[in-house]
Amino acid sequence: MEEKVIVCKDLTKQFGDFYAVDKISFDVSKGEIFGFLGANGAGKTTAMRILCGLSYPSSGEATVAGFSVRNQQESIKKNIGYMSQKFSLYENLSILENIEFFGGVYGVSRKDIRERSDKLIQDMGLQKEAKKMVGSLPLGWKQKLAFSVSIFHRPKIVFLDEPTGGVDPVTRRQFWDMIYDASASGITIFVTTHYMDEAEYCNRISVMVDGKMEALDSPANLKKRYATDSMDEVFYKLARGARRSGD
Amino acid sequence: MRNLGFLLQKEFRQIFRDKTILAMILALPIIQLMILPWAMNLNIKNINLSIVDNDHSSYSQQLITKIGSSGYFRIISADRSYKEALEHIENGSSDLIMELPSGFERNLVREGKQTIGISVDAINGSKASIGGAYLASVISDFNANLAINEIKVPDYNTKPTGFMEITFSNWYNPLAEYKYFFVPGVLVLLLTMIGGFMTALNIVREKEVGTIEQINVTPIKKWEFILGKLIPFWIIGMIVFTIGLLVIWAVYGITSLGSLPLLYVVAGTYMIALLGFGLLVSTFCESQVQAMFVAFFFILIFILMSGLFTAVQSMPAWARIISGFTPVSHFIKIMRMIMLKGSGFSDILTELGYILTFALVLNALAIWNYRKTS
Amino acid sequence: MKELLVFIKKEFKHVFRDPRTLLIMFGLPVAQIVLFGFALTSEVKNIDILIADNSKDMISTQITDKIKASRYFIIQEKNIGGTDIDRAFKRGGVQSVLIFPANFSNDLSHEGKAQVQIIADGTDPNTAKTIVNYLTAIIGAYQQEKFPTASLRYQILTEPRMLYNEEDNGSMNFIPGVMALILMLVCTALTSVSIVKEKELGTMEILLVSPFKPVMVLVSKAVPYFILSLINFTLILLLSVFLLHIDIKGSILLLYMESALFILTCLSLGLMISNATNAQQTALLISMMGMMLPTIIFTGFIFPLENMPWVLRTISNIVPSKWYFLIIKSVMLKGLGLQYVWKETLILMVMTAVLLTIAIKKFKIRLQ
Repeated sequence: MEEKVIVCKDLTKQFGDFYAVDKISFDVSKGEIFGFLGANGAGKTTAMRILCGLSYPSSGEATVAGFSVRNQQESIKKNIGYMSQKFSLYENLSILENIEFFGGVYGVSRKDIRERSDKLIQDMGLQKEAKKMVGSLPLGWKQKLAFSVSIFHRPKIVFLDEPTGGVDPVTRRQFWDMIYDASASGITIFVTTHYMDEAEYCNRISVMVDGKMEALDSPANLKKRYATDSMDEVFYKLARGARRSGD
Repeated sequence: MRNLGFLLQKEFRQIFRDKTILAMILALPIIQLMILPWAMNLNIKNINLSIVDNDHSSYSQQLITKIGSSGYFRIISADRSYKEALEHIENGSSDLIMELPSGFERNLVREGKQTIGISVDAINGSKASIGGAYLASVISDFNANLAINEIKVPDYNTKPTGFMEITFSNWYNPLAEYKYFFVPGVLVLLLTMIGGFMTALNIVREKEVGTIEQINVTPIKKWEFILGKLIPFWIIGMIVFTIGLLVIWAVYGITSLGSLPLLYVVAGTYMIALLGFGLLVSTFCESQVQAMFVAFFFILIFILMSGLFTAVQSMPAWARIISGFTPVSHFIKIMRMIMLKGSGFSDILTELGYILTFALVLNALAIWNYRKTS
Repeated sequence: MKELLVFIKKEFKHVFRDPRTLLIMFGLPVAQIVLFGFALTSEVKNIDILIADNSKDMISTQITDKIKASRYFIIQEKNIGGTDIDRAFKRGGVQSVLIFPANFSNDLSHEGKAQVQIIADGTDPNTAKTIVNYLTAIIGAYQQEKFPTASLRYQILTEPRMLYNEEDNGSMNFIPGVMALILMLVCTALTSVSIVKEKELGTMEILLVSPFKPVMVLVSKAVPYFILSLINFTLILLLSVFLLHIDIKGSILLLYMESALFILTCLSLGLMISNATNAQQTALLISMMGMMLPTIIFTGFIFPLENMPWVLRTISNIVPSKWYFLIIKSVMLKGLGLQYVWKETLILMVMTAVLLTIAIKKFKIRLQ
């Protein structure tokens, strides 16, 4: 049996009477690209924050890379990468300085940092910009850079929270190429999105509606089940009954 | 430890990158230290006085001349009536009215007693009330030197009796100059503002921009993150403190009478307490505006209740307790003790103990209240 | 006009949606007024004095009793010599020492005079001077009572009258100043972040491309803070009257008009700072760290402005709170009308006009 890197059982997060995440269960295998879909406000980000160790679950259990989200958050953090929808590199540090800092705090040795960042800059064609402040880069580059930084320390899993918000189609395409490369190298990808074309790129996707997980399968199977040929339609059929409209 | 190295490298890079902020951290306090103490003087001079002389006698003229030459008063008007003089108080051009009643000289000679009315603008801070006291003392001096008092009254006892002479001296500051009192205190305040405002703003800013989330998802430990923020600002604080001491010496000619290393030990401890305060504020606040207002609230209390401008001991008991809970009041006290009196380690032990307690408690609270996982 | 209202509404929503900020904005200044109103005093009390009575005779004991009876001192009695005094001062528990020499009484009756020595810790000059004044007065009164022959035959007495503040209410001296100080710092800091925040978040561009005159953007930014500040002022005023027992002697209407003008001045200053800076941090540092101490000092409620060197007196003229302080003292506490404060009012008006012009100019430049 293949290795499960995320195992999630009845995971729940409650704010007062409000169930942001309501008993979701699923698991993700090593190297898989796992899509996490849902309308705005469906609870994707909350669930992801629990898995990253940023938020405590109210009940239920989940393990990430074999560690519990209830009390082993710090161990989880050593094994994952994270890129949030809010761009989160330091704008007043240069590209190299950002890489050095985040690589450093994840325990990459100074020598490795130097070698890997040289290669990264080469691959991305950023030789001229390496010493520029991140704040001065166009958004698309920032996003690609943020992704590269989040997998710089070769984590087991990388969590991407709406990574392609606001970037152009060409850049999105390039971004997904980078995701495939990372996946090929054995990194498990956990990605939230609301672009349906992106959902097609995933091995498996789950759809959240009102904090509950309404569907979980490969894109092809889902389309078959809902008798349609587009993911848009699948999503529309599932999300139509949502009580919590997006904001 | 390794993480701490990377954190420090990052913080220093960011601090030195932003030249505006760096310049402000260094320049704002230094410029203020060079200018503001010149304005801090409670030696009351130039008290504006309006005189209503209803007597026009030779005594009243002598008294007025004496007051005019005392050096404290500026006689801005000689009015015909009290009402006229009150106009001057109302429009702010005068602080005091002295009204000499008609028959002033005659009554004094005949009855041996005469009262002069002094009206004080009692909402004019200390100026008018101190002015009133000065005026009373000039009058009593005039009284003592009056020709009729010089003539010794024949007495059964030829020797004068029971005259108590009072001598006084001010130690450490014989000329009672205010700069010695205020300058070290102002340095402490400026240091407080940098430490308090800067740290509070810095962390909240990471919250607002969202980078703190990225930090929280890394394996960086709480104490590493907090130390990574503390150390750079601690160093900046000590640099400002050093420049401040140099300015105090160059501009005001004040050097520390006591041990300089001891002064630095206290300042170092104080900075830790203060940075802990800033951190604590930042863990409670969500935005820079909030952090700034909370910091503003406390720092204004620190300034006005620390004993820098008004004496702590004169405040009501509850206010003295509040004052005791501000780290600033203890540091100002120690600064004055070491710098001006040359107090030693054993003299300041209690106060230093308070500061140390603040440092421990505030930082412990900050670390405890900083949540990587919510 | 309709768009302006929509805009102002939006700004109001920004401010009111966040109850925490709101609490901080209203709660903290109000707490400060109460705190400072009760705590601050220019009177010197509870002075730690050490009485070294080397004579222990009837007269020295009686004088000591007189000092005890006054409410100004906390007394320790101990015979003490020169180096011990130094030690005591260095430790800090003693602020002054009063020394009666040996044979004090004896000298008084046989030599006709004797010396009392006061040594004060001069590091606090104000307290040192006050100590000498208090003690001189107490000893002088005792002397007059005990040895009337040694005192003057013809006496001029003074009768002080406290104008505007007959009960000698201590808060009256500080409240107007603290009001001016808090209003100025709070108003300026709040507005100073308003525009720079939008610049940081990148929402400024959205406003600038809207069919909205830039000046209107400024106005809509300022209006909510103007109203909030007036509410703040009202709260402070209510507290002063009901809690600190300060009578408002003058016209409330005039007081409000003047305060509204002052608030406008501060808002303009804040807008100017906001336009001139690019980060909230910078704006806040200028409006708080840069302005706090100068405002405290140049408002003139702690140190008399007339005593300052002329350069600083000149500087104090550009501090709006100085003028407002003069105005509220006159209107609120002295009960005077506009004819007494027209000059200060005019100065505030000119300041507002100049600051606003600069703010608007800077704002337009950013558009191009």
